[in-house]
Amino acid sequence: MDTQTWIHLVVGGTFLLYIGIAIWSRAASTNEFYVAGGHVHPVANGMATAADWMSAASFISMAGLIAFLGYNASPYLMGWTGGYVLLALLLAPYLRKFGKYTVPEFIGERYYSRTARLVAVLCLIVASITYVIGQMKGVGVAFGRFLEVKFETGVTIGMGIVFFYAVLGGMKGITYTQIAQYCVLIFAYTVPAIFISFQITGNPLPQLGLGSEVLGSGMPVLEKLDRIVTDLGFAPYTEPSGPRLNTFLLTLSLMIGTAGLPHVIIRFFTVPKVSDARRSAGWALVFIAILYTTAPAVGAMARMNLTETIQHGPVGHPEGNLVYEERPQWFRNWEKTGLLQFEDKNHDGRVQYYNDANPAFAERAEAWGWRGNEMVTVDRDIMVLANPEIADLPGWVVALVAAGGLAAALSTAAGLLLAISSAISHDLLKGIFRPGISEKQELLAGRLAMAAAVLVAGYLGMNPPGFAAQVVALAFGLAASSIFPALMMGIFSTRVNRSGAVAGMLAGLGSTLVYIFIYKGWFFAPGTALFPNTAAYWLLGVQPESFGAIGALINFATALLVSRLTAEPPAHIRDLVESIRVPRAGGVRG
Amino acid sequence: MSLDPDRAHGYWRANLRLVSVLLSIWFAVSYGCGILLVDLLNEIPLGGFKLGFFFAQQGAIYVFVALIFYYVHRMNRLDREFGVDED
Repeated sequence: MDTQTWIHLVVGGTFLLYIGIAIWSRAASTNEFYVAGGHVHPVANGMATAADWMSAASFISMAGLIAFLGYNASPYLMGWTGGYVLLALLLAPYLRKFGKYTVPEFIGERYYSRTARLVAVLCLIVASITYVIGQMKGVGVAFGRFLEVKFETGVTIGMGIVFFYAVLGGMKGITYTQIAQYCVLIFAYTVPAIFISFQITGNPLPQLGLGSEVLGSGMPVLEKLDRIVTDLGFAPYTEPSGPRLNTFLLTLSLMIGTAGLPHVIIRFFTVPKVSDARRSAGWALVFIAILYTTAPAVGAMARMNLTETIQHGPVGHPEGNLVYEERPQWFRNWEKTGLLQFEDKNHDGRVQYYNDANPAFAERAEAWGWRGNEMVTVDRDIMVLANPEIADLPGWVVALVAAGGLAAALSTAAGLLLAISSAISHDLLKGIFRPGISEKQELLAGRLAMAAAVLVAGYLGMNPPGFAAQVVALAFGLAASSIFPALMMGIFSTRVNRSGAVAGMLAGLGSTLVYIFIYKGWFFAPGTALFPNTAAYWLLGVQPESFGAIGALINFATALLVSRLTAEPPAHIRDLVESIRVPRAGGVRG
Repeated sequence: MSLDPDRAHGYWRANLRLVSVLLSIWFAVSYGCGILLVDLLNEIPLGGFKLGFFFAQQGAIYVFVALIFYYVHRMNRLDREFGVDED
């Protein structure tokens, strides 16, 4: 069977599975639509959270980022896992104890304010929409290459599938599809990684393979990689570069943002008990860590494979480089998508892939007759998807990776869309504008909001800014600067009041948005950026994606200051805070 | 059943102590070993890894998992000690 047939078979099979689950798990009440009835087993919820969480960015983009940034991609690894420690220790158990449906609902009640709830809805929608754009882009990329359809068609098919099970099943349908999607995506991610690790090091566990020697060379993988990339003028793979402050703040922003993302938080509303919420966060991180500790091996080995395919002989030797006409099949496949592009600058019919932005090396290359880097486009996003082909793995593995990438993107998109639609139907409509509507009407409103959110996400997915991981990184800045501080202070302080919380959220969100827009254009409109988005123009070398942590600090400071200057929260709010701090309903036993 | 303020506060203080210790470790393995001290630790080899690089891309994640499960274990015990568990 050829690869294309395998892809249609496997991707088609997983889609049938998701649709089957959707039909089986239709939501009959708002309770089922918002929190899957509240009786999801903590381990199952951990698995669903992992799928909810691991997006197209984790599956498709992250290993690519690691491959090209080396050590400097570490903030993504630590940030997107370390946030679960914050979530488990600071938020999840208390929000579960509160026992309602949405994040803005907690903020509205804790700060006894419709305005606070409204601001929280605004923050949630901005963060979630930004995030969903990245997912739709991921769906488009995966479809574009594997089903050989146009990017827009790919996005449309993806939207159709999500539409079906999210509108029908709400949180209940999403939970059970996410469990299936986790199994698909983790299998798809680890199988090629095991193959490749075994091929290169003889050790089938990628986590150990990364620290092993390359077969036949007697040299560890990372040492060899450092050598082959520096030989071509690139920065060493394992060494940090750039201001340490930026690395620090980026990691912190991603961690705080992770803990503050509403679509992740609401997953912990679906377990039966407070102690289950804690345990579930642990399991979620276990399931996430399986992928996140594999990714560094995938990235390093992909970079090594790619570099050695093109530079197969000694650097500078006339026959050291790949002859373009003899390029492998995967090279041809990806050229068709435009994500990989070659330009024969010195007309020698061979491919030179090196760092021509490194003046010292470019000068040496000049002497060999090299006239600039000829791999004019190597899209980072293709590394994971192309990896099995680069390593010459069988067709069914390639098909599995296609299905896995789609599972990752679809599961996260569905979770985000639920967070958006429940904020609209439960917080805006039921909570603020039309408190009198019946449960049936609210359920219908939830479904309509979901449908609208899918359409908006699809449109934005077709016109996105930047590549998937970066767009997603922006959502973290927003969640970090607005939602996380409001939730944390709501639990850990009895003094922060209505005015403080609202002022804090607005200050945090506002400062972060402005910093992002200055470099990325106002509302991402092309041509409206105040400064070029390059290190030379960043304040103290802090990139826009790293600003969330500073935004959070501004939020905390503003909220505490304003609360100090205004009246204390009423007594029943103090009681509410005291009661969410203990797991037992009704307080302390005897 | 009403809230016994002394026990509730004792429980909360014990909780805050535990969380502070765990978050110090959380900070030390990621920001400390993985970022601030990375150059220093990279001088030390660990198998085929440089130690700083290992913390940043593998080690910190393993510690995070252990931290949450330890927290779960200790909190369950605290819940029972202070009589605030759910069963």
